Amino acid sequence: MTEIFGVPIQAFMGQLTIGLVNGAFYAMLSLGLAVIFGMLNIVNFAHGALYMMGAMFSWMLLKYADVNYWFALVLAPVGVGIVGVIIEKTMLRWLYQLDHLYGLLLTFGLALILEGAFREAYGSSGAPYDAPDVFKGVFNLGFMFLPKYRAWVVFASAVVCIATWYMIEKTKLGAYLRAGTENPKLVQAFGINVPLMVTLTYAFGVGLAGLAGVLAAPVYQVSALMGSNIIIVVFAVVVIGGMGSIMGSILTGLALGIIEGLTKVFYPEASSTVVYIIMVIVLLIRPTGLFGREK
Amino acid sequence: MSAVTNLALLSVSNLQAWYGESHILHGMDFEIKRGELITLLGRNGSGRTTTLKAILGLTGVRTGSVKVDGVEAVHLSTHQIARLGLGYCPEERGIFSSLSCEENLLLPPRIGEGGMSIDEIYVMFPNLKERRNSQGTRLSGGEQQMLAMARILRMGAKILLLDEITEGLAPVIVQTLGRVIRELKAKGMTIIMVEQNFRFAAPLADRHYVVEHGKIAAVVEKHELAAKADMLHDYLGV
Repeated sequence: MTEIFGVPIQAFMGQLTIGLVNGAFYAMLSLGLAVIFGMLNIVNFAHGALYMMGAMFSWMLLKYADVNYWFALVLAPVGVGIVGVIIEKTMLRWLYQLDHLYGLLLTFGLALILEGAFREAYGSSGAPYDAPDVFKGVFNLGFMFLPKYRAWVVFASAVVCIATWYMIEKTKLGAYLRAGTENPKLVQAFGINVPLMVTLTYAFGVGLAGLAGVLAAPVYQVSALMGSNIIIVVFAVVVIGGMGSIMGSILTGLALGIIEGLTKVFYPEASSTVVYIIMVIVLLIRPTGLFGREK
Repeated sequence: MSAVTNLALLSVSNLQAWYGESHILHGMDFEIKRGELITLLGRNGSGRTTTLKAILGLTGVRTGSVKVDGVEAVHLSTHQIARLGLGYCPEERGIFSSLSCEENLLLPPRIGEGGMSIDEIYVMFPNLKERRNSQGTRLSGGEQQMLAMARILRMGAKILLLDEITEGLAPVIVQTLGRVIRELKAKGMTIIMVEQNFRFAAPLADRHYVVEHGKIAAVVEKHELAAKADMLHDYLGV
């Protein structure tokens, strides 16, 4: 059997794929966090819970309304976005002038409430959610078998991340967003409705989390706790990448997913801690993160 | 509509404003008619910059009245006030570093008729055309000031609020800005300037308001300048 660095290529490529898939989720989630932090100055600890809600919404849509995956892919993120609008308008709005810590505490509390509510209603054991039939089976690439759904997750999240990056860095709307991140008062003094922009930014950021949740539903079990499992790693990703950069958060997410996967091949004992070890090293050398800017 | 020219385009009466606990403006009263250019003169800390900010709702609490073209603005939020027709050039220039020169220029939306086209602006400020792909804050101080001026000329604003546009600039750039202001005035633009540089402002303005302790302390019409030079000297220390 072909080997690579003394490891069977099948195992190597298998873990690489899993790493890519995890990295895709990290990228989408940390991207949303970076966008929200830039505009709202809020560390959105509810991000994991909203990702969980994306998965839950799609599972509920299927169970109660027989709405399939493709519609859920649109409806669930929109639903999560609407939840985001409500959260921003009724709660976050009052915290912008205060220290980051208040936003973090509020959203952390929200995360606990949302997760608690879903655990109360649906238990914590998790429910399966099948991928659509078109994604059943594998691609045979000759040297490995690539599950079709995993390929789709990586592809879809790459498209979403690149589209988001393009929108923020290259369009007029993105120019408003970048300017608003720097100096919201001046942007508003030019006649732009900044409070509305802030609401929509939060809705968009958590909508991305919701979309990641829908994509994740067939990969992991849909459960009330799926968000809290992933969000701690995502925050480590954000710390490593730095809050300042859109492309930075995408690349860091993807890279850390892959590093995590490869660690499982070469030194499995460290696979669940490698991200935090990197985080510590980065914090020691570059406290603002790899792509971060001083604020 | 010709009667409108005799009405104030912007009238400020008994405007009071606070930053948190500090009471900065203690009842500002002044007005400006269409096509006029007025200045707010005064020492540092007299409340001139705060007056411009208070007009736009950028301070904390404010009371009194700010009417733009007859519309009461004191209870509106900042973006709504701007949409009544105000173009604002802040003292710190406010060039965005994450935007290119041209993105900075195109950022303010069109809020009214008659804004300049991008080509007209590039004729007026050729440097900005050369530097249009540079990062906004990589521009020199003078270029940044021109950019801060130029971007509000696109908006189709009825009134320009210009805060210390000559501060810290080389004489040749001050001259350029003086020429731009004269061109704008000739086109009938209404302009409020906060100026430290009295020699720059004196030949341009129709009327000067001297601000002291957050109030208007004196009004000097253009034709009174010579007669009231001593008084201005006392107020401003120029």
